[in-house]
Amino acid sequence: MATAKAWVSPSVLPGFGLTLGFAGVFLASIVLIPMAALVIRAGSLPLEELWRIATEPRALASYRLSFGASLIAAGINAVFGFIIAWCLVRYRFPGRRIVDAIIDLPFALPTAVSGIALATVFAPQGWLGQWLTPLGVQVAYTWLGVTVALTLIGLPFVVRTVQPALEEVDRSLEEAAESLGASRAMVFRRVILPTVLPSLATGFTLAFARAIGEYGSVIFIAGNLPMRTEITPLLIIIKLEQYDYLGAAALGLVMLCVSFLMLLTINAINGWRIRRAAGRR
Amino acid sequence: MSKRKAATVRSQNPVVRVLLVGVSVAFLALFLIVPVIAVLSYAFSRGFTVYFEALRTPDTLAAIRLTLVTAAIVVPLNTMFGVAAAWAIAKFDFRGKQILITLIDLPFSVSPVIAGLMFVLLFGAQGWFGPWLNARDIQIVFALPGIVLATMLVTFPYVARELIPIIQLQGRESEEAAVSLGAGGWTTFFRVTLPSIRWGLLYGVILCNARAMGEFGAVAVVSGHIRGLTTTMPLQAQVLYDEYDITGAFAVASLLMLLALFTLIGKTVVEALGARRRRA
Repeated sequence: MATAKAWVSPSVLPGFGLTLGFAGVFLASIVLIPMAALVIRAGSLPLEELWRIATEPRALASYRLSFGASLIAAGINAVFGFIIAWCLVRYRFPGRRIVDAIIDLPFALPTAVSGIALATVFAPQGWLGQWLTPLGVQVAYTWLGVTVALTLIGLPFVVRTVQPALEEVDRSLEEAAESLGASRAMVFRRVILPTVLPSLATGFTLAFARAIGEYGSVIFIAGNLPMRTEITPLLIIIKLEQYDYLGAAALGLVMLCVSFLMLLTINAINGWRIRRAAGRR
Repeated sequence: MSKRKAATVRSQNPVVRVLLVGVSVAFLALFLIVPVIAVLSYAFSRGFTVYFEALRTPDTLAAIRLTLVTAAIVVPLNTMFGVAAAWAIAKFDFRGKQILITLIDLPFSVSPVIAGLMFVLLFGAQGWFGPWLNARDIQIVFALPGIVLATMLVTFPYVARELIPIIQLQGRESEEAAVSLGAGGWTTFFRVTLPSIRWGLLYGVILCNARAMGEFGAVAVVSGHIRGLTTTMPLQAQVLYDEYDITGAFAVASLLMLLALFTLIGKTVVEALGARRRRA
């Protein structure tokens, strides 16, 4: 019993064993065991075989597209998400509450819906496609289309992480800087940006991480040509459909590692933010 | 750059302001509003009769039923998990708490396709339990259990994620008082804890439900796309779209969009109610 005491501090409240036990068993059976199955299955491959599958040309091409498009989309979201968050926090304009509410639409809208909607709108005869095609801009079935889809799903991540940070910016510091003669641009660069930067980085990383794994909103507009417009999650599904379980598991392991890397990055940024907040006080 | 010395402190340049709001609205219109209008206009492009007929085909009705059944299983289970996990994490101090929180968040960062893949590797024909299940004639992958499991994994953190910070913020004094006055564990939970977390709980349930009904990637991997049997609504939209049945695909999509709109409205209402409660 002495070890139990050291492990959990005593409390008069009941239900610790029950709730932690239930949560633990549920977590293990729904998340941890399936994840272990993937890692062990991929790990059963000899290392050079794993490397060969993970670096075959078709896989490399899919990483290039997935990472490249996700990076561009997260970048677009960082810029426009910041502007939108800025308007929502600093300005009062008609329709502000509606704008605030629809930011979350990509969270609520099933990805297949945005997928078929974008594919139809940007198709060569579609609403926007018919204007873009004569200009020589082909969005549907190219990497551009993939980027558009990934931008849509990543937007709320940036807005919703930057918004609270902007609200926390100390207005009196801005006023002090302005009364001392700093220009608006200087105030922005020296007062506002440093406060918001960690949150912007978190939002960027969240949007990027989500984009890497995204499937539903991309496959309709991507066209899915091998080597050209095939994202990594799609390649995994193609391997599964060919009953190539080991190949799918190998690529799955690569993506799982990327996810963990993103998680670590986000935690590191959070640590940075907390340290800075503590340092300011 | 005009270097006006700050005559009026916190001066907002009206041109910049209009420009930035304009850019924001244009961006949102392009990426959010245009797709929404497109779904509605394509769904109703051939009139209301065709729209409702498209929704009444047996396969689409079966897809709607499957989606509802899946959500009816997944959401209550994940809600129970969320409440249990939040109670254990917020009301007690134990070692490994931080690790537990990180593990609960894990499904957020895993691609839905990977989530589905995990269950295929466990229960598929060549999976760990595949031969065992096959010998007993139990179908998990390409059947309802697989769809439920994949959906459960993807929507796993939603309720817990909403509840943990709320319960943590509340502290433990009320519950400790209730218990020391002789209330049992369940009474304490239902009479003391639940009333103060209900809006957060409802919020988590709404988000969990939206994701459960709309999940595509994870379900696509485990479903096998058997029409009328294992296609959920998002998959049915895909099947119809691939068959160039544009009206049918967008009719199903419009129902899912309705779900999204209800989710947003519900979220806004719950937030407002929660805020009013906090002020009171």
